[in-house]
Amino acid sequence: MTQLAERHETYVSAFDAFKRDAAFGRDALASARQAAFDRFISRGFPTTREEEWRFTNVAPIASATFERAPEAHVDAATLAKLSAGLPADTTIVVVNGRVASAARGLPAGVTLRTIRDARASELVAARPAGGTVFVDLNTAFFDDVVVLDIAPRAIVREPIHVLSIAVTGRTPILVSPRLAIVAGEQAQASIVESYATVGDGVAFVNATTDVHVAPGALLDHVKLQRQHDASFHLGGMFVRTGRGGTFTSQAVTVGGRIARNDIVSVLDGDGAECTLNGLYVAGGEALVDTHTTIDHAQPHCPSHEVYKGILTGRARAVFNGKIIVRQDAQKTDAKQTNKALLLTDEAQINTKPQLEIFADDVKCTHGAAIGQLDEDALFYLKARGISAIDARNMLIHAFAGDVLNGVRSDELRATAMALVEEKLGLPA
Amino acid sequence: MLLEIRDLRARAEGKDILKGLNLSVNAGEVHAIMGPNGSGKSTLARVLSGHPGYEVTGGSITFDGKDLLELEPEERACEGVFMAFQYPVEIAGINNTYFLKAALNAVRKYRGQQELDAVEFMQLARQKAKLLEMDQAMLNRSVNEGFSGGEKKRNEIFQMAVLEPRLAVLDETDSGLDIDALKIVSNGVNALRNHERAMLVVTHYQRLLNYIVPDFVHVLTDGRIVRSGGRELALELEEKGYGWVEPETTGARK
Repeated sequence: MTQLAERHETYVSAFDAFKRDAAFGRDALASARQAAFDRFISRGFPTTREEEWRFTNVAPIASATFERAPEAHVDAATLAKLSAGLPADTTIVVVNGRVASAARGLPAGVTLRTIRDARASELVAARPAGGTVFVDLNTAFFDDVVVLDIAPRAIVREPIHVLSIAVTGRTPILVSPRLAIVAGEQAQASIVESYATVGDGVAFVNATTDVHVAPGALLDHVKLQRQHDASFHLGGMFVRTGRGGTFTSQAVTVGGRIARNDIVSVLDGDGAECTLNGLYVAGGEALVDTHTTIDHAQPHCPSHEVYKGILTGRARAVFNGKIIVRQDAQKTDAKQTNKALLLTDEAQINTKPQLEIFADDVKCTHGAAIGQLDEDALFYLKARGISAIDARNMLIHAFAGDVLNGVRSDELRATAMALVEEKLGLPA
Repeated sequence: MLLEIRDLRARAEGKDILKGLNLSVNAGEVHAIMGPNGSGKSTLARVLSGHPGYEVTGGSITFDGKDLLELEPEERACEGVFMAFQYPVEIAGINNTYFLKAALNAVRKYRGQQELDAVEFMQLARQKAKLLEMDQAMLNRSVNEGFSGGEKKRNEIFQMAVLEPRLAVLDETDSGLDIDALKIVSNGVNALRNHERAMLVVTHYQRLLNYIVPDFVHVLTDGRIVRSGGRELALELEEKGYGWVEPETTGARK
C-alpha cells in the first residue's frame, strides 16, 4: 500500500494543486472529480495480472512522473500542417486539453459548449460500471470539455473536426482531453476526432469521448490518432445509441509508444445499429491495444465490426472484441472480423473474440486471421512485371484500403491512407 | 531460337518432377504440351515463370539469348514471358484496371518505353477487353475476386492481350471452361498469334487444340518429353489415351 501511495504521490500533489484552479470547478463537478480521483488512487494503474490488461503492460506510464499539462500555444504554421487534408472550416482546436480556438461559424444546428457553459450532466462522464481507471483519471484532471450538440433533425453534411494537440516539452505531461457528442433525434452529423503531438517530449494523452446518439439519429465518427512515437495514448469512448439510431466509427491509429482504445457501444433501443471499424499500424517497439465491447441490450440490433492491423519491427498488438447479447436482445445480428498483417517475424498480436450471449434467437459470427502477405498474390503481381517492392506495397495498400473504404469523406480517406503510408514508408 | 530448354530438372516439396526436359521454340510457333496428370506440365509452366515453389536442380533455359533462370519473376515478365495461370489468384482490394496499368507501365519502363497515362491506358484496355468480351464492370472489380472460372481465364488472356508478351505460356487455360467460354478464350488467344510471338499451350485434353491449333505437339511423361509431332499427335493421343505413349517411355529409359 505504501508503495502504491508513493507511486501516486505526484498525482496527489498535482490534484491538490489543481483544486486551486478555476477549471477544477465547484459543487457537483468538484465532488465528481474527488470521487473519481479517490477511485483512481484506490485502484491504481492496472497491471498485467488483470485479465483486461494481460498483454498490455502500462508500467512505462505508471512509473513515469507527469505534470498536468500547462496552457500552451500552437503557431499558425503548425496548425495548418496538422489540419491539412482534414475539414478545415469547422475545426475546433484543443491544445493541452483546453479549447484554444473554435471554428468561426459552426454549421447550423451545431452548438459548441466548453467547461464554461457545459451542462452539469455533460461534465460527468457517462461511464458504465467497470470502466477503466483511466476514465477516472480523466475526470479528475480534465481542464476543459468540448461538447458538440447537434440539434434534433439537423442535417450537418460537413464533418466537424476536433483537433487535439499535445504540446510537449522537457517535462512529461499529462493531457486530459474530453469530448462529448450529443446527436439529437433524427439528426445527422459527422465528427472527426484527431490527436497529434508537437515537440518530441513525452506526453500521456488520456482522452475520453462520450457519445449519445438519440433515436433515429445518424452519427459518423472518425478518430485519427497520429501522436509521435514517444507518447502514450489512452482513449476511452462510450457510446449509447437509442431506438433506430446509427453509430459508425472508424478508428485509425498510427501513433504512440503505447496506444490503447477502449470502446464501449451500447445498442440501447430497438433497431439501433453500430459499426466499429479500425485500422492500426505500428512499428518499432510500439504496442497498440484495442478493446471493444458491443452491448446488444435491445432486440433487432445489427452490429458490424472490422478491425485490421499492420505490424512491423517488434511491434505488438492486442485486440479484444467483446459482444454481449442480453436476454431481451432477440434477433441480434452481430458480425466481427479481426485481421492482422505481420510484416516481420518479431511482430506479434494477441487477439480474442469474447461472445457473451444470453438470448436464444440471435446471429453472431466472428473470425480472426493473422498472417503475412499472401505469397500467391505477391507472385501473381510479380509474374505480370510488377517489382517485388511495388507488389508488396500494393498488397499492404489493399489490406488497409479495405477498412478505410468505410470512411465516407474522400478527403478524410485519403488523409488516413497518407498517414498509413507515411508510417510504413510506402510510396503514395 | 526464342526459347531453348536443355536438360531441365526441377523439384518441388522434395520430389523430382522434371527429369531432363528438352524443348526448342521459335518465334511465331505454337507448341502444345500434353501429358497425363503429374507428368510435370504445370511444373514446366511455373518454372518458366519463376514460381518460388519450384527448385531448378539442373539444365538451362535460354530466352532470346538470356539465361532465364537468372531472372526474377518480374524481370521475366518484363522480358516478355507471360504465364496464364491455371488458378488465377484473387486479390481483394486491388482494382483490375489499376493492377494492369501498373503491370503494363512496369513492363514499358523496363523496355525503355514511355509509360501510359490513365486515358491512354483506358483506351487500350477497352479495345483489348472487346477481344475477350469483357465488360467495364469486370475491369473495375478487384483482381479476379468473385470471378467465375470462365471469367478468371478470360481475365488472364485479357492481361496477355494488354501486355503483349513474346512468349505466352497457357497453363491448362481450358480447365473448368464450358464450351462458350472456351471459344471466347480461344478466339482471344488466336487473335494474339503472330509471327513474333510464341505460345506454349499446356493442356491435358485435346479439346482446346481444336480451337487453338498448334504447330507442334509434345507429350510429357514423368518429367520428360517422350514424343513430339504435329497436330495429328494430339488426335492420336485422344484416341489411344496416354497409356499408349507410356510403354515407349519405359523402353526409352532402359
